[in-house]
Amino acid sequence: MKARVTVTLKSGILDPQGKAVEGALRALGLQGVTAVRQGKVFDIELESADKAKAEVLLKQAADKLLANTVIENYKVDVVG
Amino acid sequence: MKAAVLIFPGINRERDMARAINMTCGHEPAMVWHGERELPAGTDLVVIPGGFSYGDYLRCGAIAARAPVMDAVRAFAAKGGLVLAVCNGFQIACEAGLLPGVLMRNENLRFICRDVYLRVERSDTPFTRGYNAGQVIRVPVAHGEGNYIADGETIARLEGEGRVIFRYASPDGMIDPNWNHNGALNAIAGIVNERGNVLGMMPHPENHVEAALGSTDGRGLFAGLAETLKRAA
Repeated sequence: MKARVTVTLKSGILDPQGKAVEGALRALGLQGVTAVRQGKVFDIELESADKAKAEVLLKQAADKLLANTVIENYKVDVVG
Repeated sequence: MKAAVLIFPGINRERDMARAINMTCGHEPAMVWHGERELPAGTDLVVIPGGFSYGDYLRCGAIAARAPVMDAVRAFAAKGGLVLAVCNGFQIACEAGLLPGVLMRNENLRFICRDVYLRVERSDTPFTRGYNAGQVIRVPVAHGEGNYIADGETIARLEGEGRVIFRYASPDGMIDPNWNHNGALNAIAGIVNERGNVLGMMPHPENHVEAALGSTDGRGLFAGLAETLKRAA
């Protein structure tokens, strides 16, 4: 079973890396970008074929390590 | 004093730290590998040094914070044991839940390696009794992620409880955005936990303990710790 955990910065947290990317896009002459926030994606392979169990496990993984919930939110998607 | 300096893969300031403790306190600390589950018997000071544990993968300090030895450090701190966490050590301590908040990428996106001025906010802590409150010290920083942030409630508590111990300041002790080189909230350079026995700080006092390196302003911290431990003994 495959899954994806997406970690993003909470709104209100300054993201200097996202700002730099935003500036670089502007410097490339790409019009119409109003904001960039940088995050992380984890593609994870799992032993379990049970979707509910996989979600519980991934939530633990995100809470314990993948995300720092002081500044980040996360989303778990079990791809199947 | 019976100090233990932790070593994680990628940490590179552990020998500076051991040397500083030796030079200022006349004590050779134990070097403790991250896979250990216990601290050496009788340890009364744990030091988490600086460096780039696990290459800063995931988030600075995130992987080191989950190492086996950190369970022992949490138990040690819960019993009131003194913990000094410097630079990457500060990041590790935050990730390990020993201190609140997070060290984010420096506001100007640059790795900053230079001397800075710190205003010592309090002298009545186990770590700062070697200084006077309001004193300005000059110590080096070397970090890319030292921009301290926490939610508003946490900052209000830190300030209200007098837990901000060091702030980035001008040479005459003024708090000024021009001297807050990494953009930290309220120019915070170092904080203690609720109980006051865990200090996290971005600057490196261990690198200013001998005159040959241009300043001995870091000595006060180690001398203060030695005095605290001597009185407790």
